[in-house]
Formats: sequence, structure tokens, C-alpha cells
Amino acid sequence: MTTMLRILSYMRSFWLSELVAYLCMLGINGIRLITPQITRVIIDVGIAEQQVEVLLQSILLLLLTILIQGVFRFGERFLTERVSQSIAYEMRNEIYRKLQDLSFRYHDRTQAGQLLSRVTSDVGHVRRVTGRLFLRLVDSIVLMVGTTVILFRMQPALAALAMSTLPFIGITVNRFIGQIHPMWHERQDRMGELTSRLEQNLEGASVVRGFAEEPAEIRRFGAENDTIYDISMDMARIRAFSRPFIVFLASIGTVIILWVGGRMVMRGVLTLGELVAFNSYVLQLVGPMRRMGFIANMLGESRASAERAFEILDAQSEVEEAPDAREMETVEGTITFEDVSFSYTEDIEVLSNISFHIAPGESVALVGPTGSGKSTIINLIPRFYDVTEGAIKVDGTDIREVTLESLRSQIGMVLQETMLFGSTIRENIAFGQPDATQKQIEEVAKAAAAHGFIQSFPEGYDTPVGERGVTLSGGQRQRIAIARALLLDPRILILDDATSSVDTETEQQIQKALQNLMKDRTSIIIAQRVSTVRNADQILVIDDGKLIAQGRHEDLLQKSGVYAEIYYRQLRPEKQRVQSSPMGGQE
Amino acid sequence: MSFSPGSFRTPHVHGHHYKDTEGRGFDWNLTRELLQFLEPHKKKLALGATLMLVSSGLALLTPYLIKRAIDNYIANQDLMGLTWMALFILAAYGTDFLVTWRQRYVLSEVGNDVLRDMRGRLFRHYQVLSMSYLDQHDTGSLIARMLSDVGVVNQLLSQGIISLLSDVVILVSIVTVMIIINARLALLTFTVLPVMGIAAWQFGKRARVAYRKTRAKNSELTGRLAEDLDAMRVIQAFSEEDRTSEEFDEVNQENRDAQIKATMLSSFFTPIMELLSVSATAIILWFGGRAVMDGTMTLGVIVAFLTYTSRLFQPILDLSMIFNTWQAAMAGGERIIGILKQEPEIQDPPEPRTLSSPKGHVAFEEVDFEYVSGVPVLKDVSFEIEPGRTVALVGPTGAGKTTIAQLLMRFYDVSSGSIRIDGIDIRDLEISSLREQLGVVPQEPFLFQGSLAYNIAFGNLDADRQEIIEAAKAANAHDFISRLPQGYDTKILEGSTNLSLGQRQLVCLARVILASPNILVLDEATSSVDLHTESLIQDALQQLMAGRTSLVIAHRLATVQRADTLLVIDEGRIVERGTHEELLSHDGVYAELYRTQFLSTEAIPA
Repeated sequence: MTTMLRILSYMRSFWLSELVAYLCMLGINGIRLITPQITRVIIDVGIAEQQVEVLLQSILLLLLTILIQGVFRFGERFLTERVSQSIAYEMRNEIYRKLQDLSFRYHDRTQAGQLLSRVTSDVGHVRRVTGRLFLRLVDSIVLMVGTTVILFRMQPALAALAMSTLPFIGITVNRFIGQIHPMWHERQDRMGELTSRLEQNLEGASVVRGFAEEPAEIRRFGAENDTIYDISMDMARIRAFSRPFIVFLASIGTVIILWVGGRMVMRGVLTLGELVAFNSYVLQLVGPMRRMGFIANMLGESRASAERAFEILDAQSEVEEAPDAREMETVEGTITFEDVSFSYTEDIEVLSNISFHIAPGESVALVGPTGSGKSTIINLIPRFYDVTEGAIKVDGTDIREVTLESLRSQIGMVLQETMLFGSTIRENIAFGQPDATQKQIEEVAKAAAAHGFIQSFPEGYDTPVGERGVTLSGGQRQRIAIARALLLDPRILILDDATSSVDTETEQQIQKALQNLMKDRTSIIIAQRVSTVRNADQILVIDDGKLIAQGRHEDLLQKSGVYAEIYYRQLRPEKQRVQSSPMGGQE
Repeated sequence: MSFSPGSFRTPHVHGHHYKDTEGRGFDWNLTRELLQFLEPHKKKLALGATLMLVSSGLALLTPYLIKRAIDNYIANQDLMGLTWMALFILAAYGTDFLVTWRQRYVLSEVGNDVLRDMRGRLFRHYQVLSMSYLDQHDTGSLIARMLSDVGVVNQLLSQGIISLLSDVVILVSIVTVMIIINARLALLTFTVLPVMGIAAWQFGKRARVAYRKTRAKNSELTGRLAEDLDAMRVIQAFSEEDRTSEEFDEVNQENRDAQIKATMLSSFFTPIMELLSVSATAIILWFGGRAVMDGTMTLGVIVAFLTYTSRLFQPILDLSMIFNTWQAAMAGGERIIGILKQEPEIQDPPEPRTLSSPKGHVAFEEVDFEYVSGVPVLKDVSFEIEPGRTVALVGPTGAGKTTIAQLLMRFYDVSSGSIRIDGIDIRDLEISSLREQLGVVPQEPFLFQGSLAYNIAFGNLDADRQEIIEAAKAANAHDFISRLPQGYDTKILEGSTNLSLGQRQLVCLARVILASPNILVLDEATSSVDLHTESLIQDALQQLMAGRTSLVIAHRLATVQRADTLLVIDEGRIVERGTHEELLSHDGVYAELYRTQFLSTEAIPA
């Protein structure tokens, strides 16, 4: 119930529109209850008693009421829809902002596809409640009660008889929904699977063909296609029966009215006009009767949707600004880790007791096997996650004491899987600073060794990227990300240098770009290149979440067995070649 | 016998997934081709149409019977007659129920059959379309064919045509019956119809535009959101939350406004139709009422007329809207037929030969290739790989190395020259028999959204768990897999986001190891694996390559030094060939490449 109340609370700020809409609805119902009486007067008084004036007046009255009803209908429909659309709009904005506040931990756990469907379809379902659904519920109740009262006042015995089939309509509707509903969901799920299978098949076309697995794929697709067919036919069986059956039940009411009412007319208890009006009223009951079942069901559905949407709004971000957080002034760039431990889930510690100190302007290389915790270390500095124990300080200030924005604006990041937006290259470079001039953008692009390839596109910096634009190679994407970070001119630079498959020339260019980027900044790099390690002021060797050695390249080679072992095992054979090949070249 | 102005279904405006469907004019040839989908269901369709006609007839009969009941029996105080008539009407309603029930079921069956058939045919055709076709068409639009286009075409085939038929029949019969009962009153009543038709037509046109806009705005909203969710980490890292929120707000607002505008349009529709329908009622009551007073007409006629007119309007609305269905179906149908008619470029020869147990001799003979005519990608490429030997391709990005591998797989056909395995031109081979002999670890490691075990066993689905684990061990993937909470049953998420690029490559490697092909193609197979791991799988690779003909592509020269022959490719040509030592002493492109790569940028273990 609280969920429903919370949904309805969104309607509060639109109370005036809602009030008018509900008044329109009541007006419509009033007219619906009157019109059969008008036709009764037309038949009984106008035609039967030959009163032409009454006939004319009644007909004009009928047209007038329908005109008024039209205005009401428009008001009702338009206002409720407008309110519900505005509510959906508000909820979407609210959820969007919340998603941006939620930390990486939340986004790690949650799949983007799920979030997407919550913002689009779940909010859409909630919208239905605040719009037509609730209104229709009230509407149906009002119409049913009103009609029943009129019927019983007109002719109680006939009313009771004529309405005797209505409960069966109710039962049929309920059974129908109960049966069809789970099937519908099942089919939606299966369609989702079928689509996903198709998508996979097309995207992995070279694998499917490469392994000559087409026949197996066709078999699997066929099986799923058959399942959907079977479910659809089960649904068709129920559907084909229900609707005609409900119509039939309503028709029985008409026959009863005709037979019983006809006898009453013969006896003079009822007029012919009343008989006709009576039938109109009874038929008017069938609609709401059917509708209420569906509305009740949809309300239940929408509640589940609302719960999913509210779940996002109520999620606690693990990284939150302290209430008294202050702005961080421009920093020198000292970074200190003090006994930092971190775990993503309670039982598995990813980092344990890591301490180190980086002086302003120093470059630090992180080295260690995959999964050792290097990425975690760099994600902790901009507070994408909060440490479980210990503290991280920038220029001596605990990063939890300052605002997120002021902290993050000091830090430039080049992440491992370079994410570019589907806009132009220019907008991608200027992402962190949208008002940058063309000159600034070109400068950083040159420093990032990206200017050359950008210029080679016909549209230059205005070339669209992504689906509707050019496909950039991994190396090109990386250089755009470097330019993006350079434009911010951050004091602290964090770089996850992915080994991407690029040719030698590109490697050199990226190398140059990195050197430009690191100049005069405190930089922390997950290193993949010899030169980065050799030139680093400090190397931190991480293994299994622990800092096992630190120092410069030459010292570490002597000091750290792990470091030396990996280093030599990889490079020794090539080192010999290097020494031999220049000599070979001189021959 | 309904007396109150009926409520009207607002015309259905199709909601398509993915891309919007633009309408298309009527095309008889296309219609004929689409009708072929109904061919196997002719009998059922005939049954459905017959039942529909019967039910329409009954729907026309009952108002007339009620009129008789009122005029002949109630008015004449004939209780017996009334009772019989009531029973007769009940029987008519009962028959109508049974007939409609059956008819709906039969037509649903046809519809679902057609749907299944079209989906199946499209999917099977997708499997034989050439890679070049798939390159040119994005996945989204091929999926849209399967979902929305198939849907709208089916709507026309299994419902549209029959309801068109039934609407026309109902319309004509109601008009006839009304004219027979009372021609003058009938003609007076019909004056409303053209107005109604025009109103519905005009509304339909505007609604199409408005709803198309809502769909466009909606997909814009979804697209925007999808992108921002993807980029959430970048947005947070750059503290750009406020700006992206504003941008989202804008799209969100546009979506809301488009929806409200469309609603406004459809909110007008029902009242206007109701007013028109009540105008018809007013005409009947006024002229009919006067006639009853004059004694030229009975009251029953008025009641019957009111019922008939109320049934006249829905078919008119439906007919004015069927144009939409038709247009959408033509556009969708054209795309479906277009795909089904698309001849695959790569096909089995008329008399295909099979490779049962090849020795593995591979030869490229003067191969030229171009994706787009006039833009050569490979020029005069000739080389041989002796059975069991390894040839490595090196050279800059875009030189054509991957193309060579893809030609060997026959993903594309050579423009001139030929490729032979054991002396047989691969174009003379059955495609599946060729590809079964080949195993590829591609540059972009692709994983399906199944379990890890499913992915490893993809080329050999009969493999048991033990064999899968063996292959994973050989590819050095076992360690990281067994560290995952669900191990081999870990589900691969969309975009394989739960594995690193390097891990994905290892899984692809395990897949090929399990398939145990005779000829091996490694296209940058370990480019994203960190060097530490790469050194671990070098041995496995050597073992895998031992005794197998292998074609290896790599940027890191260290990984290909041991090849029997190195081919240096540049701009689509082989510019140097020889062993590592030969090429170094030759001091050409390769030697230069080697020196620069090692001296400046060779990676270190991470």
C-alpha cells in the first residue's frame, strides 16, 4: 500500500488538473446515465404520444448532451495524460540524477540493460497508474453503481433478472486474466531470449560460420521459435473463447429483457421506451465489469514496476559526500595511502594494508599480475569506491573530507576500456570542458598524437564517432582519451594503460603522447611498457592485494625477486636479439 | 439493440521496435509474393473467412429479429410468439458465440504459423548470407526485420485481408438491409457516413505523423540513456553530472511534449466520432419518429435502425485505418522479401567435394582481392604452407593480414587467383567441410551469452566437462575460470563485460583447442593477454601448432619469431619473406620494424 501511496504522491503537485479531470469524468458518467432516459422520452412521449415538440426538443437535448460529453471526454483524457506524462518525466529525471550519484560499486553490480528498462518501461507502467488506470477504476465504479441504482429504481424485478449474468462475466474475466497473464509474461521472456539469440548469432557470425555451426544454430533457434508458437497458441485458445463468451453472456441479458420485459410491456407495467432504455443500461454495465478485472491486474503489475523504480531512488550510495565537505583548493599533488584495505564483498579482501607516499610531480608505475589489485588502487583515489579501512590523503587532506567534484576536478583519468560518446571527436575531447576553444582542442590533440589522424578524416574534428560515424581503432580511441585528460590540465593523472594491439608506429606515437601527458604532474600508471617502468620515479609491485616491493627499476631488479623474475623471463631473449641486430645491420 | 452511442476503439497505430517503418504504396507483385506465405494455410483461411461471414450474418439477423419481436409480438400481445422469438434470438446469439470462438482460433493458428514460418525462414537465410552482407547491415536492422517487419506483415496477412473482406461484407449487407427496410430513412442516415469517413481519414493521417514522432523521441530517450549508462564512469570521473543531466532533461522533455501532443490529437477523436454517430441517431429519431406518427413506419423499424447504424461505424473506421496496416506491411514486406531474395555470395558449388582428412597443404596462388571494386586490398599474393608448418604474417595495421585469414576461411571469395588446400580450390569444396578443418582465434574475441562451458564447447557441443576443462587448461584459462564463483557455469553477460579482453581471448583459444582443427589460424590471438600470461600459453600454442598447418598473425614480433616462414605484408603485397634470421640479415622492412619495436616500446610484464 505504501508503494501505491508513494505513486499517488507524485500527483499532488498537479492537483488542479487532476480535480478537473475527475470532474469531467463524473460529468461524462452523469450524461451516460441520462441519455437512455432521453431516448425513452423520445419513444414513449415524443413518438408514441405523437408530441412533435417533445420529439424535437429531446433530440436537440440529446445532441447537446453528447456535445458537452465530448468536451468532458477531451478534458478528462487530455488532462490525465498530461499529468501522467509530466510525472513520468519527473521520475525519469529523478532516477537519472540518482544513477549519477551512485558509486561504481552500484554500477558494478547492476546491469545497464536492467537500469534502462526501469527508466523506460517501469516508469511507463507507473505512468499508467497515475494516468488513465486510476481514473478508469473510479470511473467504472461510479458507472456501475449509478447504472445499478437506476435499473432498480426503474423496475427492480427486471433489473435483478437482467443483471443475473453479470457475475458470470466477472468470473470469466478473472479466470481469463489469471490464465493469460503468466503466459503473456512467459512469451515476453521467450521473445527476449529469441531476440538475444538472434543478436548473438549475427554478431558472432564469423564464429558460427568459422566452426560451421549453422545447422546447430538453426536447430536451437527453431526450438525456441516452436516454444513461442506453443505459448502463443495456448493463449489463442483462451482468447478465442473468452471474448465471444462474455459477449454471449451479455446477450443473454438482452434476451431476458426482451422476454420478461416484453411481457411487462404487454401487461402495461412497462413502456416500450423503458424497455429499450433498460437494455441500454444493462449493456452499459458490461464494459466496466470487464475493465475492472484488467485494471486490478494492471495495478498489481504497476506496483511491481514502481517498486523496481523506487529501489533505484532509495539505493544508498556507498560513496557519499560528508555533510560538512569543503572545496578542495588546487593541490600540489602529494598522494598518501595509509594502511588502506579494501574489499568489494565482505569476505574477499582485494587490498590489504597498503601504504605509500607519492611526492608532487612524481611518476609512479603499478606493476603486478592481472587481478592483483592495481585497478582498484587507482579507482580509490577519485573515490569511485571508498576504502574499507585506512585513509587516502591528497596534500595531507583525507579525500573523504572534501566535495567529490572538487576532488575529481584535480584528477585526470585515462581508463582502460576507452568509452567514447556517439557525438563528434571535438565533443569527445572537450568532454570535461565543453567551452574549450578550437585552439585548445587542437593543442591537446597534437600533444596526444591524435591531430594527425583526426585531420585525415574529411570532417576533421567534427567527424562523428560510433554507430553513425567512423569506427576508431583501439589506439586512436586511447589517444582521444589522452587528449581529453590533457585538456583538463589536471594536477594528478591516473592512467590504466591497456595493452592494445597496435602496430609499431602507433605504439611510438602513444608513447610520445604519454610522455607529454605525464610531464609536471603526479601520475600513477598501470604500466605495460618498458619505458614507463624505466622512467618511473617509483615502481610499486602489487601481488595478491599487497604491496610487496617498491623502488626504482634498477633497485627493484636487485631487491625484488618477483619483479626481476617476470622482467627477465620476458625480456632476456629479446635483449640478445637487440644487441645482435644492430650489428647485423652494420654489416 | 444497443441504443446508447457506442464507444469507439481509437484506431490502432502500430508501435514498432527499432527503426520506424515508413509507409509504402501498394505493389501487386510484392503482395503476391507475400501471399505465398499463406499458401499452406489456404484451407484454414477459407474456413476462417466463412465463419467470419456467418458471424457477420448473425450479427445482422438479431436486430431484425428484435424488431420483429417488438412490432409483431409485443405490440400484438402475442406471448407465445414472443417466447419463441426470444428462444430463437438466444439460439442465434449462441451460434454466433460458437462460430466466433472457432473463427478466432483458426485465424490465430494461421497467424502464428505464418509468424513462425517467416521467422524461421529469415533465420535460416541469415545463416547463409555472406559476411560481406552482414558487414554492410547493422545487427539492429536485421533484428528489426525479425521482430517488427514480420509482425506487421503477419498482421496484414492473417487478419488484415480477412477483416477487410468482412468489413466490406458487413457494410454492404447493413446498407442493403437498411435500404430494404426503409429506403428513405436509410439514405437520410447515410449522409453522416462520408463525413465520418473523411474525419477518420484525416485523423489517421495526423495521428501517423504524431505517433511516429513519439516513437522517434522515445528511442532517442532510450538511446541517450543507454549511452550515458555505458559512460557513467567517465561522466563521474570528469564530474560532468550536471551537464549530462541537463542534456538528458532536454531529451526527456521533448519526449514528454511529443507524447502530450499525440494524446491531444487522439483525445479529439473519440468525441468527434461520438458526435457524428449521435447525429445519425438524431436523424433516425426525428425522421423515423415523424414517420411513426404519420403511421407510415413502425416503432420496431426505429429500434432496428438504431442498432444497425451503431454497427455500421466500426467497419468504416476500420476501413479508413486499414490503409495504415497495408502501407506498413508493404514497407516491411519489401524488406523481408528483399532479404530472402538476397543470393548469398558464397555458396556451395553444384558438386561439392569434401575434405575428410586433409594433409593440410595450403596454397595462395596470385590472389587479388577487393571489398569494393577499384580499391584493391590484396595484390598478387602467393605463398604456400607445407603440411604441419607455420607461416607468420607481419606488417602494419591495415596491410591486409586479417583479410588473408578471412579468404582462407572463405568468408569472402578472391577477386582473382585461387586458394587451394591439398591442391583443391576451396571454391570446389563444401563450405562446411572446409571450415570444419580450420580453427580460428580471431582478433576480436567474441563470446556468446551462454555459460563459459558452452562457449568453449561451441565448435564441439558433444564435448563433456572433462574435455572442456582439459582445453581450458591448455589455454591457461582454467585458473581464472576456477576462481570465478560459478566456474565453468559462469554466464557471459551482454558485451562479455564480466571478462577482461585477455580472458576472452583465452576462452577463444580454448574453444579452438577443443575443436582440434587440422589447420590453425591465429589472428592476433594473444594481443590483449598480458605478457605474463602470454608467456604461459606460448608452450600451449607451440603444442597446438605442432603437427598442424598454422597461419599466425601478430604485432608483437617476439611471438612469431619461431615461425618457419615470415611474410611481411605491406599495402596488400608480400614485400619480404624468409625466416626471422634471414629477414634480419636482409636488413629490410622487417629488420627495421624489429629494431624500432623492441628498442622503444616493447611492453613489460604487468
